[in-house]
Amino acid sequence: MGLEQFKNRNVGTQEYKVLDLQESPKTPMAKFAQVAKRTFKGELFVGLGVTVREMINALFRGQMHTVKYPLEKLPISPRYRAIHEMLRLLESGHYRCIGCGLCEKICISNCITMETRYDENQRKEVSEYTINFGRCIFCGYCAEVCPELAIVHGPRYETASEQRASFSLFEDMLTPIDKLSLQQEYDGFGAVSPNADENIKKTPLAY
Amino acid sequence: METTTLIEQLPEVTAAGVAIKAILILAIISAVAGFGTYLERKVLAFMQRRLGPTHVGPYGLLQIAADGIKLFTKEDIVPQHANALIFKVAPVITAATAFIALAGVPVFPDFTIPEFIPVLGGTFVPSIASDVNVGILFVIGMMAAGLYGPLLAGMAQANKWGIIGAARTAIQFLSYEVVTGLSLLAPIMLVGSLSLIDFNEAQSGGFTSWFIWQQPVAFVLFLIAGFAETNRTPFDLLEHEAEVISGYATEYSGMRWGMFFIGEYANMITISILAAVVFLGGYNDFGFIAGWIMILFKVAFFFFLMLWVRAAWPHVRPDQLMWLCWKVLMPIAVINVVVTGIVMMV
Ligand code: SF4
Ligand code: SF4
Repeated sequence: MGLEQFKNRNVGTQEYKVLDLQESPKTPMAKFAQVAKRTFKGELFVGLGVTVREMINALFRGQMHTVKYPLEKLPISPRYRAIHEMLRLLESGHYRCIGCGLCEKICISNCITMETRYDENQRKEVSEYTINFGRCIFCGYCAEVCPELAIVHGPRYETASEQRASFSLFEDMLTPIDKLSLQQEYDGFGAVSPNADENIKKTPLAY
Repeated sequence: METTTLIEQLPEVTAAGVAIKAILILAIISAVAGFGTYLERKVLAFMQRRLGPTHVGPYGLLQIAADGIKLFTKEDIVPQHANALIFKVAPVITAATAFIALAGVPVFPDFTIPEFIPVLGGTFVPSIASDVNVGILFVIGMMAAGLYGPLLAGMAQANKWGIIGAARTAIQFLSYEVVTGLSLLAPIMLVGSLSLIDFNEAQSGGFTSWFIWQQPVAFVLFLIAGFAETNRTPFDLLEHEAEVISGYATEYSGMRWGMFFIGEYANMITISILAAVVFLGGYNDFGFIAGWIMILFKVAFFFFLMLWVRAAWPHVRPDQLMWLCWKVLMPIAVINVVVTGIVMMV
């Protein structure tokens, strides 16, 4: 489905269906005729038919609407912005974050706090990383700006807890090392687009 | 009870039999009424493609028990400015009249308690608790008296919604009662008796002898009036949440409210039985199917119809109900009675 129909703000030119509303009857005779017509047209039975059809749909054709929520969940869009996750590199298992600080910088509610230092190999190491979820507005900028796809939005939308600290430490957001094989690549906000390969061009060096 | 005078005329029915029958009706119909609430929720849910109660017990069956516990243990509140006596009596009227009405209709087949049971062995338990020879009149009258419940409840509770509910009870009662009576008059003329037993006998000639074929108009009228009588959609004006909160039941909670509810469901069963006995051949055998199974089927069908209609149709305004009853149904009922009379004379 394209986006065209959503981008069309030209209200007057869309295809509206005009309901076939008849004039209300004025004379007593016309009123009587309307009542008689409605009585014998069997419209009420159409209503009964619809409900029984829906019942059969629900019971025998597997069209029950109910989702037993805590037991089963509806799939959410990959672009849904819930509690953040920090991803790991698949090959080495090391966290992806390179400590560039872009997310901390861009965060419009100033809720990312991080500290970095050089480790023994003179590589940047993240020593502190927390997100204050009391202030985060889940705007997704951090995920979009991250050059390493390290910080992403996960699908975890059930965020009721006793303390918001339960979510907000680096270790809590980081993919557990034993679940590395289950780590899902993020295709939401700021991720590489599906046709990224086609968009790659050679760097024009021959000026 | 009014039954005692009749027992002498019917030698085989003893007082013990009637008492057992009364207890049976009370116990089983209360249970069925409770089960009816479960069925109603389930059927309505399916018709809206929902699941209904599922979590308490298998298929949510124990939901009834959970509801019962809730109703029994709820705090019993009598509003400050309410007339406490009438407030407390009103639900009893609804429940009691609903069950007294059931005394006049045949429920379950008759049987004799086996001899080996001590004390009560050999007692004959009749099908009708009291076979009054004006059965229909008695049942209809009792159900009409039941309307005092909502009326008094609404007026006693010092609540505006209650008052509106009570007023609506009055107009609803005034409207449908005429239609109920007149629509039943035509079959009564055909049978020449008010006893439900005679009605049953008159239709013992199989499928084609059912009165619905001779009196289709009366059947439809009676059904419509029955919906109004049992206070079901599309005529649930008395307690329509969207308009009058809970109408006459606004201030009620706990078991008092539960009694209104049991009364309503017992009335649904009574109307179903009446419709089945008067129009659909009663508890006569149907081919190889025994009569008591047939009447269960018929009652179940009418009960289902009430739920079905509730799921499908919107409800009417009070003025529309009065318009319908007085300007449409009553003339049709009168014409029906006259035409029946003429046909009988010719
Ligand atoms: S989602 Fe927005 S507000 Fe939340 S941490 Fe990222 S940038 Fe900050
Ligand atoms: S933008 Fe990405 S790589 Fe840079 S510090 Fe934030 S999470 Fe780490």
